[in-house]
Formats: sequence, C-alpha cells, structure tokens
Amino acid sequence: MDFRKSMTNIGTIVQKELRSYFNSAVAYVVIVVFLAIVGWFHANALFLANTASLRLMFELVPIVFLFIVPAITMRLLSEEKKSGTIELLTTKPLIDVEIVLGKFLAAWALIGVTLLLTLVYYFTIATLGDIDNGPVVGGYFGLLLMAGVYVAIGVLASSLTDNQVIAFIVGFVFVFLFFMLDKVLLYVPEGLTSIIEFLSVDYHFSNIARGVVDSRDVLYFLSLLGFTLYLSVLSLERRKW
Amino acid sequence: MAITVRNLTKYYGQEKAIDNISFDVKTGEIVGFLGPNGAGKTTTMKIITCYMPPSAGTVDVDGYNIADHSLEVRRKIGYLPELNPLYLDMNVVEYLEYAARLHGIDKATLKRQLASMIEVCGLKDVRHKDIGELSKGYKQRVGLAQAMIHDPEVLILDEPTSGLDPNQIVEIRNLIRQLGRAKTVVLSTHILSEVQATCDRVVIVNEGAIVADGTPGQLQQEFRGSELIVIELKTQVANPMVDIFPKLQALSNVESVEYGGDENGAHRFSLFAAKGSDIREEVFRQAVQERWVLLELTRKATSLEEVFHKLTKV
Repeated sequence: MDFRKSMTNIGTIVQKELRSYFNSAVAYVVIVVFLAIVGWFHANALFLANTASLRLMFELVPIVFLFIVPAITMRLLSEEKKSGTIELLTTKPLIDVEIVLGKFLAAWALIGVTLLLTLVYYFTIATLGDIDNGPVVGGYFGLLLMAGVYVAIGVLASSLTDNQVIAFIVGFVFVFLFFMLDKVLLYVPEGLTSIIEFLSVDYHFSNIARGVVDSRDVLYFLSLLGFTLYLSVLSLERRKW
Repeated sequence: MAITVRNLTKYYGQEKAIDNISFDVKTGEIVGFLGPNGAGKTTTMKIITCYMPPSAGTVDVDGYNIADHSLEVRRKIGYLPELNPLYLDMNVVEYLEYAARLHGIDKATLKRQLASMIEVCGLKDVRHKDIGELSKGYKQRVGLAQAMIHDPEVLILDEPTSGLDPNQIVEIRNLIRQLGRAKTVVLSTHILSEVQATCDRVVIVNEGAIVADGTPGQLQQEFRGSELIVIELKTQVANPMVDIFPKLQALSNVESVEYGGDENGAHRFSLFAAKGSDIREEVFRQAVQERWVLLELTRKATSLEEVFHKLTKV
C-alpha cells in the first residue's frame, strides 16, 4: 500500500464530502442547531447559576451528539448504495479502507468545526471570570474522541443499508447504547458492573473531562473507533461475498 | 490492451448468473455484448471492472489479473455502470475533477483532460450546472466523460444509450464511435441496431452463456437459414394455386413456396430456396416465359434481429 497515494485518495474523498455538507444545508443546520442548544444552556449557567465553568456544556454536548452525529453520518454510504454511485467509487483505483476513512474523517471534521465554534462560549466565560483551563482542555479533547467513536458507529450504520432513515435509527440506537451503559449500572449483576462501566463512553469521557488525560481512556476511544471502522470496511466488502 | 475472459462463472446465492463464459477482446476493438435482460451482461461487466469477484474463472486486462492486480486493472478501465449513477448535487466540473483525482491524475493532466472531455462530450454550456438539473442526454454524456476522464485504454459501457430518445441515442453512438477509435471498448445492450451501428464484433449471451461470437456480418451469414425471395406478379389466371404455384415450386433450388394472397390481380408468393443459392434470375426467366408481369422481386436478408431471436428464444 502506497502511503502517500492513500493520503491523497482519502483527502480527495474528505474534500468531496465536506463540500457536499456545505453545499447542502446539512452543515449549517448542524452548526446552528448545535450552537443554539448549547448556547441556551450555557447562558442559563452563566446568568442564572452564576458559575464560570463549562461543566454544564460538557454534560450537555454528549446528549446533543446522540442526535446530531447519526444525522450527519446517515447518508455517507447509504446514499451511495441507493444511487448506485458506490459502484463508481469502488471501481476507481481505491481500496475500501480509503473510502471508509475518507467518509469518517469528513464527518468528524464537521463535528470538529462545530466544536471549534463553541470556543466562543469559552471566551465569554474566560473574560468574565476565572476559569480552570485543565478541565476545559480535557473536556474538548474528550468530546472530540467521543465524537470520533459516534461518527465511526454512524459510518458503520450507514454501510449496512441503502436506506438513510434506517441508517439514522440504527446509528442512534448504538450510540445511545454506549451512552447509556454506565447509567444502568444499578440494574446489572454486580460481577458485570466493572465491565459494563469500562465499555461505557461516558465513563471514559468524564475521566478525561476532569482534566486528567489517562492513556487507558484514550486507548479505549481509539480502539473502539478503530474496531468500528474495521467493521465498516468489512460491511462495504459484502458486495464481494 | 486486450481483455481475456476465461471460464467465468458467477453465482448469486444458489442462482447461476453466468456460466463458464470465455471470450477475448482484442486491442482497439469495439465489442457489443448483446443479450436479453438478465442474460448476465451486467454481471460480467461488474466482474471485469473489479466491482465484485467471480465465483470461478479469471479475467486479464492487458495481462493484469483482476484478482491479483485489481488496482492496476481499475486504473486502466473507464467504466459507465448500468443506469449511469451520478452525484446529483455536484456540478459537472466538480464531478469530473473528483473522478479524475480518484484516478490519481496530476494537476496539469487533469486540466487538459477536463478541457478535452468537456469539448468532446459537448458539455461546455452545462459545465457549471448541478448534474441533477441536467437532461437525461446530458447526464449520459457526463457519465461518458467521467468514464474517460483519465484517458483509459479500456472502456466498459453498460447500456450506454438506455433511456435516451432516438436523437440522443444517435448522438451517444457517434460519440462512442469517435472515442472508441483509439480504445478497446466493450458495450452491452439489448438493442440490436445499436450493435450493428457501433460494434466491430458481437458476443451474444443468453441465460449466462455465450451463444454466438463474431462480426455482425458473420453472424448473419452463419445463422441464415434458407434464402427468402418475395415476388409479386400480375397475370390472368383462374386459380393461382393451380396455374402458378406448381411452376414456382418446380424451379431448381426452391424448397418451398407460400402463397400470400392477391390484390387487384397481383399475386404474392414467398419462395424459400436452399442456403447460399440465388434464384432471382430463374424466377425472372420463368416470369418472362409465362408472360407474368413481375411487379416485385426482393431478396430478404436475415437480419441480426432474426439471429438474435433464433439464439435467445426460450
């Protein structure tokens, strides 16, 4: 595998997907809705609760991700399957990994851009009061990793079907499952709690969001992300079975 | 840039889509892949273009095997899939650039190729329009331009004229003819006149197997049954079946005669003669001798259409 050629191919796909996000209303709707929801709660925290922290935002964004991420990933592969363009794409001199990575990175970048815009809220707080920067850096880093896992799950869901609605629902269900795992610990047998907790996205996120970046948490996100993308590549290769 | 297909078989689950197909396409040839819907044309093309692997058999494109050197093969092929899928939200130039860059074309070549494809395919007026807004004919041209943007040596076109109106069909055919001069082309179709109009060679497939392979002329020759001569003659007789029929039947080489009725004293007959014979002269002499007025004397050639029907009839 020629690494530089692969990078070029992935870059071409990322660019095409990003252009498609910004040419249609998708990117703007995502950004506006995201900023509006987060902004509303942020303002509440700032003016009503009189706190100078982004803690509330870091609690809220994972919930917003549950809906936003499957919405932006649902068409990535399912639309290509529906319209038949997947046949064009897969008969170009590309390998399937490049296609999956290109799609994944484009959606992740869109989330990244959205997160970048929330820095506005950070700066309003930073100028108004003292803010502990450790949790902020950790929080953003954690959100980015969490978004990565969610986007990967969304890509996998999109690769399974040629129906965007199904891709959205499947993506949402799985993302929701990983989100809920550490919230149902009361109901699982005691022996399983530590395993369930370890599998939960929120558990690792809150570790990182505390401002302590532990390599175990990062490794959790990266391996889950990698594994999901690997499954997506397998799913794309189903045409060859 | 030859294509060698050997013993290709493909199963979809239990169903056999193609069964032990072998054929060659020589460099520079335009080969028509002809067959009724569901005969296995699209499946074969999907295998050649590396969209999916065969269940058994091999394909070599310019000596590169589709299984071992898939990327090499795909680099050499320009492909227009069935139903011409396109990204409707991209404009023409964006789309062609995208296709070119996926083929790894460098900037200078891309610019040159883009200009030349827009020129050749007549896309100048629509190059900044979204593909979704284009008419079907223009979409087809965009599909062809996309297939040729990297100047491939092999073109695989799956039903390039389906769904077009007659004028557009002629346009696209001319385009393929013109572009196919320097390339090896395989195109599939279920329209017979298309093959006669564009192809050097025809491969007829039916139910997953090849039933005929040759130039349109050869196939017509090979699958011609008996010669058919249609005549119309005017004469005053009481009963044509008694007064004319036996005399025609008696001509040498005539195998059978059919009476086609009369119209204002003009009687029509169809004469079937032995394969390869020409009985027109004798018919004429007979008419002169009997003082029949010969109104019509036509030799009907077996059309490719008849060959096709004969071969693909279930």
